Amino acid sequence: MDSIGNPRITRRELLKTGAGVAAALAAPSVALARDKQDAAQPPVVSKVSFEINGKAETLELDTRTSLLDALREHLHLTGTKKGCDHGQCGACTVILDGRRINACLTLAVMHEGAKVTTIEGLGTPDKLHPMQAAFVKHDGYQCGYCTPGQICSAVAVLDEIKAGIPSLASDKLTARPRVNGDEIRERMSGNLCRCGAYSNIVDAITEVAGKRT
Amino acid sequence: MKAFTYERAASPAQAAEAAARKPGARFIAGGTNLLDLMKLEIETPQHLIDVNGLALDSIEATPEGGLRIGALVRNTDLAADRRVRRDYALLSRALLAGASGQLRNKATTAGNLLQRTRCPYFYDTNQPCNKRVPGSGCAAIGGFSRQLAVVGTSDACIASHPSDMAVAMRVLDATVETVRADGTERSIPLADFHKLPGNTPHRETALETGELITAVTLPKPLGGTHLYRKVRDRASYAFALVSVGAVIQRDGTGRIAVGGVAPKPWRMQAAEAELKNGAKAVTDRLFADAKPTSQNAFKVQLAERTLAAVLLEAKE
Repeated sequence: MDSIGNPRITRRELLKTGAGVAAALAAPSVALARDKQDAAQPPVVSKVSFEINGKAETLELDTRTSLLDALREHLHLTGTKKGCDHGQCGACTVILDGRRINACLTLAVMHEGAKVTTIEGLGTPDKLHPMQAAFVKHDGYQCGYCTPGQICSAVAVLDEIKAGIPSLASDKLTARPRVNGDEIRERMSGNLCRCGAYSNIVDAITEVAGKRT
Repeated sequence: MKAFTYERAASPAQAAEAAARKPGARFIAGGTNLLDLMKLEIETPQHLIDVNGLALDSIEATPEGGLRIGALVRNTDLAADRRVRRDYALLSRALLAGASGQLRNKATTAGNLLQRTRCPYFYDTNQPCNKRVPGSGCAAIGGFSRQLAVVGTSDACIASHPSDMAVAMRVLDATVETVRADGTERSIPLADFHKLPGNTPHRETALETGELITAVTLPKPLGGTHLYRKVRDRASYAFALVSVGAVIQRDGTGRIAVGGVAPKPWRMQAAEAELKNGAKAVTDRLFADAKPTSQNAFKVQLAERTLAAVLLEAKE
């Protein structure tokens, strides 16, 4: 393992090192939990076929594999990020059959035949999705780790408003929801940004929605 | 996470039969709570029965003028249903007050009722918890209990039920429909669905081994003003400290249930009879047997004030 001081180390390698340290620290509690269990059964492998960013993919996966790990570790689509891995931060947000979900809280094998869009499927560096372009223009990030999830979520939020799906910020449940700051903040509350780029994120989404801030 | 075998259920009855027959089997639908707990090895199923393919995802009118909500209807779809928004606004508002947009897109009606407590000691496998390991003790009593229940608790457990949706459904007198492992069906009033902890806090519902929820039925609409007010530590995407679900009629009578304070949605008809005497008269009844800790005693007063705000809003 390279030391952190080695200038050739990549960010990915550094993150792996960090994860290793965290795993070592967590080990006693995991071991304790395991002692209480009977002997574990061996891993079970299952086949799943789905369409990721328009491309048919078939994988043989341990049934435990989350959709997030299938995307990142098996298909090497590392744009989708693993933050908390417990559905609390939204960094893993992808669009599954037209709806935004937390990819960390669903199993890949549950999505036979599904269509998944990740940040890689929304746009490319040469041809950005309007939401990606708006995040760049409005500086809707700082470290960038939450950004793919924020953008996938934001694209789906505007679709939800268009489809008339209400939120807690909607004044009247029976009226069509409007695009405003309160609506966007409420609907985006499942995407945390610890750098605190929230106001710029709201500006970016508002612009794509065709409204002035 | 422990390894498990996986199958897709062919029918509700087949799913129930398989769940009763296979040791360590669990149903999985949205998975937003179960997978979270499996990652922490709080839940360790040996076999998962995926029920997502069962055709339990529609909302239909009943002959009695109510609605029959399929077990697999997603929280987003239930909150957005035109009839629910118009006739059961309390339910829409409660759903929209819960979780995040991403989670509501996955979470199901049945799964919402079955979600486990967010008690921090239930989540920490290094701590004793009578719910997780029966007989091991309760670290929450005398521990960090600000979020936990104040009424309906026992010396074995003070966990609170986290659902917003269930509070609304309790006000609406919902009924849970199930199919059992032997293929028979039954209806369980939501009032009887969640169990108080007593000496067996690991037994949380009236469901038998293998029994599968197929639908939740709402009686015909109540009319009145539908309100759901949730008080929490941040403005969105947090569990309730206290929530109040209410349907208030023009003459001041009505129904109320309180969330975040008990192991189940907390509703008493004797308390509702006090509605004309104001919020304090109602909450005095609701919390007459409360045994709060020093850290969560504030919830009793918070419930009174939240109800007062709801009653004021109902008059507007």
